Amino acid sequence: MARTRPLLPEWFHRLGSPKGFYQMTSSWMPWLAVTAAVLLLVGTVWGLGFAPQDAKQGNSFRIIYIHVPAAFLALAGYYVMAAAGAIGLVWKMKLAHMVMKAAAPLGAALTLISLVTGSLWGKPTWGTYWVWDARITSMLVLFFLYLGVIALHYAYTNGEAASKASAVLALVGTANIPIIYKSVDWWYTLHQPATIKLTQAPSMHPDMFYPLLVMIAGFYCFYALVLLLNTRSEILHRERRTRWVLDMAEGGRS
Amino acid sequence: MHPLRRQRLIAVIFIVIVATVAVALVTYALRQNINLFFAPSQVVAGDAPAGTRIRVGGMVVEDSIVRAPGGLQTTFRVTDGPSEVIVTYTGILPDLFGENEAAVATGQLEPDGTFTATEVLAKHDENYMPPEVTDAMNKAMEKAHEARP
Repeated sequence: MARTRPLLPEWFHRLGSPKGFYQMTSSWMPWLAVTAAVLLLVGTVWGLGFAPQDAKQGNSFRIIYIHVPAAFLALAGYYVMAAAGAIGLVWKMKLAHMVMKAAAPLGAALTLISLVTGSLWGKPTWGTYWVWDARITSMLVLFFLYLGVIALHYAYTNGEAASKASAVLALVGTANIPIIYKSVDWWYTLHQPATIKLTQAPSMHPDMFYPLLVMIAGFYCFYALVLLLNTRSEILHRERRTRWVLDMAEGGRS
Repeated sequence: MHPLRRQRLIAVIFIVIVATVAVALVTYALRQNINLFFAPSQVVAGDAPAGTRIRVGGMVVEDSIVRAPGGLQTTFRVTDGPSEVIVTYTGILPDLFGENEAAVATGQLEPDGTFTATEVLAKHDENYMPPEVTDAMNKAMEKAHEARP
């Protein structure tokens, strides 16, 4: 008689438990760190030192190498946070709640970076640091959503209630992501439309575009690295009274 | 799928859909308020309120920039294709302000249909190009013009 095969491989179930996740990701960390460091270093030197300057903006356009990757990850990271929240709500998975909690401060930091760099670029280019157009305002709303998710976590003393409430807020906030993305096309804004398009060639010279791609790849690796670091520390914190964490701490001390 | 999980999954999908629809309706209702500026066609059609602080944005028309001698007053026209609005501004313009570039002016619509601006911002487009490439393109354009009889 044929045994029924499990739907998912064994390693997947191991990855789903906090302990298994912690142990499996340990070996990934150095690789991710090195890849992120190399990509960010190459991208920064290439973008700031070797890419040609822009015909109209001169050197001030180079802030794009921080601004665009940070904004990309601020948006993508919101989906990571909301998806983790949804998985935690539906499957009552502890690890998913931990990933959601880990993603919130990281996303908030990236949103703040893109707001600040955009503002610094806006002064010499537009003539103002800030304008309440749809893109910039919706990005500010994203920042507040991230802060709200963080704040909700700390508003509850009960861990499960905190996770549930912030997951619901994270899910409601997903309505803002398409607005941010399409705001420059739907309304008159001061912010320019997207340079990197999904279906067309980028409206940017290749000499300027390749370092930007390297920076975006570097930011993705950096995001994964910091998300894992945050999640791992959250795992250790929540499981600090369990045997395996205590054993590890003992082992590390000797 | 376990019925309880299925129920929770439906609840999650419901939250996302309801939130999206609610936000979509609000933004649709406020669409004119979300626009940062009025286009010249809207101003000419009378959709923009006169006598109150508004913004007008569009492309600065070629050869329309007139600087008053000995002063900071500048007059130019902005267009969105079908219509044009005359803008008068006293002050320092941003570096990227120029002909055939987009600009957004904040100010007041006068009874005669002209616009008195208190602030002018330059709007940058999504194109990035090294100066050599722009020069080469301009030269090619000039050549094409000369070749034409």
